[in-house]
Formats: sequence, C-alpha cells, structure tokens
Amino acid sequence: MNRFDLAVVGAGPAGMAAAREAAEAGLCVALVDEQPRVGGQIYRNVERVEAPLAAVLGKEFMSGAGLAKDVQHAGITHLAGFSVLAFEKGKLALGAASGAMRIEAREVLLATGAIERPMPMPGWTLPGVMGAGAAQVMLKQSGLAVENAVLVGSGPLLHLVAVQLTRAGAPPRAIVETRRRGDARRAVMKWRLALRAMPYIKRSLANLTELRNAGVRRYMGSRDVALLGERRVESVVFASGGRRREVPCDVALLHHGVIPHVQASRAAGVSHIWSESQMAYVPECDIWGRTDAPHVWVAGDGAWIGGARVAELSGRIAALGIAHDLGYVRSVERDRRMAAWFEEREFELSLRPLIDRAFPPYEAALTPEDSVAVCRCEEVTAGQVRAAVAAGATNVGDAKVMTRVGMGRCQGRMCFPSVARIVAEARDVPVVDAGQLSARPPIKPVTLGALAQMHYGAGAKEGDAHDD
Amino acid sequence: MKPGLRFKSVVPEGPRVAVTFDGEALMLPEGANLATALMAAGIGSFRQTPFQGVARAPFCMMGVCFDCLLEIDGVAQQSCLIEVRAGMDIRPARQQREGPYESL
Repeated sequence: MNRFDLAVVGAGPAGMAAAREAAEAGLCVALVDEQPRVGGQIYRNVERVEAPLAAVLGKEFMSGAGLAKDVQHAGITHLAGFSVLAFEKGKLALGAASGAMRIEAREVLLATGAIERPMPMPGWTLPGVMGAGAAQVMLKQSGLAVENAVLVGSGPLLHLVAVQLTRAGAPPRAIVETRRRGDARRAVMKWRLALRAMPYIKRSLANLTELRNAGVRRYMGSRDVALLGERRVESVVFASGGRRREVPCDVALLHHGVIPHVQASRAAGVSHIWSESQMAYVPECDIWGRTDAPHVWVAGDGAWIGGARVAELSGRIAALGIAHDLGYVRSVERDRRMAAWFEEREFELSLRPLIDRAFPPYEAALTPEDSVAVCRCEEVTAGQVRAAVAAGATNVGDAKVMTRVGMGRCQGRMCFPSVARIVAEARDVPVVDAGQLSARPPIKPVTLGALAQMHYGAGAKEGDAHDD
Repeated sequence: MKPGLRFKSVVPEGPRVAVTFDGEALMLPEGANLATALMAAGIGSFRQTPFQGVARAPFCMMGVCFDCLLEIDGVAQQSCLIEVRAGMDIRPARQQREGPYESL
C-alpha cells in the first residue's frame, strides 16, 4: 500500500504528534524518517532508554516516550530509515541504503526539525570537534558519555549537555561561554517576560548550580576561540577575563543555538523569510502551518524554533488543519479543539525572546576570519568567499558558482548560513540582499542504483532497457 | 593509532557482533549507533577530504554534515544514521582526490 492521505516527514515531537492526531481523525498516514527509530533528535532512542540512563537524561527527555508510543497506531505506517529525496504533485521519492521507493500522499507535512547553527571557527574541522548535540546523541542512543570534553559557545543546550555528561560520570573539563554575564542580566530585565518564564529560569539556574557543585569551570565572555591539535583536537584556546587561556581536551563540543532545517521546504518551493530574532531563514506559513506551496505544510522547529513542546503543539495543530482540508474534520470541531493548543503555543513562544537575548550566537563564528573553512565538504574558506565578492559575486548563488561553496554532499546545510552573512557583510548590505541558496532534488544524495531501482523496480538487472 | 574518544558508559554491556573496518575485525555492540560504536572502538578518522586529503570524523551526528560518511557493504552512507549489524563490511568513504580547480 503506497497511497496515503498524509505524509509526515520527520518523526520528532512535531511529526509524531501530527501523525497520531491525523490518524485519530481517520487519515491514512505515512511517517517518514531517516532514523531507524522515532523520536527525532530531542527524543532520540527514547523507546529503548531505561534506568540508569533515564536519570542521566532527565524527566523532560523521558516525557517523549508517550509520543513515541502514540505512533503505534493502525492508521500510521512508519517508514524508518528513509530520506525524502524529492516530492512534487502528491508523489514522494524516498531513498534508503536498502533501495528506494515511491509513495503518494495528498498532503505533505514537513517536520524536519532543527540543526545546530553552524559554528565555523579556527580548527572546527579537526576530528574530535563536534556539535554539542552530537554528545547528546551518543548519550541517548548508546549510553556513552564522552570524556574530557570542553564545551564552547552559547545556549541552554550547552549547560544541559554539561549536566548530562556530569551525571553520567564524565564532567566536562570546562565550558567556554562566548556570551557575557550581562547578556543574561539584560534578558531578565524584561521582568514581565522573566516572571512568566520562571520555571525555565529556575531549571536553568538549577543546572548551573549542579555544574558549580561538580566543579565544572565556566569561562564567561570568551573571545578569539580556536581549536588546536595536530591530527585531532587537543586543546581549546581563548581569551577570557583579559587573559589568554588554554584548556586541553579530547573533544570540543560546539553550540550557539539551533536554526530550522529547511532543506526539504526549500526544495518543495516554499517561500522563506529572514527572521532577525532567530537569525535564520524560516519557511513562511499561516497559523496552521500551511505554506505557499500547494499541499505542503510545516510544523515544529523546522518551521520556527520553539522547542519540543511548541513542536508537539504545532504538529497537532497542523494535523487538524490538514484533516479539515481533506474533509475529515469540520471547521467548528477543528477550531474548538485547536483553541487550547494554540493558546499554549502562544504562551511558550512568548518566552522565546528571553532565551534569544540571554544566549546570543558567537559573533566571530557568524562571519569567521579568512582562514576558516566555512564549507566543510568542499573545503572553501571564508576568505575565498570574500574574494569572490571582491571579484563581483553579489549573492550566495554567485559565490557558489565561483568557489564551489555549498556544492558538496551536505548541499549547503552546513555553510549557507555563514556564506549569506559573509557575502552580505562584504557587500555591506542586509543579509537578505545576499540571496538564498536554492535547494533542488535530490534533497539527500542518492546512489544511481537506488534511482534505477525506483524506475525499473527492485528486480531490474544490468542491461534492462526502458523506453521513456 | 592515536587514541580516539574515551567514553564513560551508563548502560549495561549488551551482545557484540563481528564487523570489519577497513579489513580489520572489530566487535561492536549490536544495534548501537554505528558512528558512535566505531569512535568508541578507537576509530579516529572516517574519511579523507577530497582537496586537502585531511582526516575527518563525525561532527553533527544528526545526518546533516556528512563527515561520518562511510562505505558500508559497498554503499556510501552516513554512519550516524545506521545501527550496527553483524557482518557489516565497513570502509572509509572513498572519494576521488579533486582539484585544485581554476577560479572563474
């Protein structure tokens, strides 16, 4: 059976909640995800996590278990391990190592989540340098806490990862924080907001207390951060408190916020707008998640960074909107059920500016120095991008043609945010004037074999011919 | 070989299965995340870059960056998205050395 009312792309909180909600409304749902198991990144492997790992990861992580259980529903087909390669006019091409397949869906909901904001800085391509989220993945999925880590950057996730590593018996060597003490203070000065966000602030302070008690050193206001090592990272050097410092490590974990993962929505032809508060491009959509591309919807962090709870709510809201459009739910019923979710979502989103203000990105990694590779795949440096601008490039597309930036396997996922800013800065124009990277199918690299299989069928042999 | 990452484990040791990495026999935990399992087994380099020929190892672990790319049973795949199965034939991703290209 390859025909569905709805294809949900991504099985994180938004996708899982949407799939369940849509199936409850009577829709036949395909839940497509690259991972072998549901959960997304935030609830990765949640179905299999038991004590004592559960205690290390915390209550919030374990709250995803309910969502994971919810997708076991007769109306939901979980297509695990499949990447969406392309979709148009109700047809989706899916690829996996085992082969490729096509499905049909009347509506498509993209719940592709977030990626960590790329953090290009000197030495960031050395083995042993990873995203802070990577340390969490290793912990969630394998129960392994990486030892001798130094965390670098800004954001609540940095503290959470440090706490989880500490609980697991592998406290990090240090946290090199690029934000200043004043950032948090300025954020809390918005006292009305701070009052509403009290549970978050309390949790955040509890994390910091736990780290202090464990003796984890935090260096605030760090600048000029570089990762050093011969064949892999060996230390982090930085300036903090007016002194040059060096902390040895086996692994450096970078993080300065997350941004929507928009590769699929770009390839779908959805319009994206620049958000100054999120400092990222976000897909344009209405309150239901409906985009300007026909039958394409977005929900969760892939639509707007709001965290796991917002993602879950927006997944439910989108599912209701879709069920309504397909005639499964009447308007009155839709609006009645949506009201409470919408109110809670608005509340959660209203707290977001506090986090954005308290944890600004690391400025030096937004427009890195000339020697830093911004494109990890094609090994193109920030200096090469600037040289392209000097030679006449006016937007990211020009820079791509002239330097190969964004032409590697990651298809610009890791470099586009930096390249857009570098081009804009070099031209002294707003970032939107640097243009956007176009994304075309295949959304993920695919083997010729998989393509052939999709076209000729699994039994095709070498030498089989086809007329069209 | 330079030591790779060191880990503290918070889960009980499960059954291991035999795989090969670049021809060398390894025993990895069955069903574990492949990229993590290889790093825990001391593998420090997953691929070489096409231009500078320098080593890379997993970076994002979320299927975004492609630095964990390996050739698994003959097909280039992101090892951070894959679980360990018995008998996997794993090799560093082969990539033709490229460039330098003439600038336009």
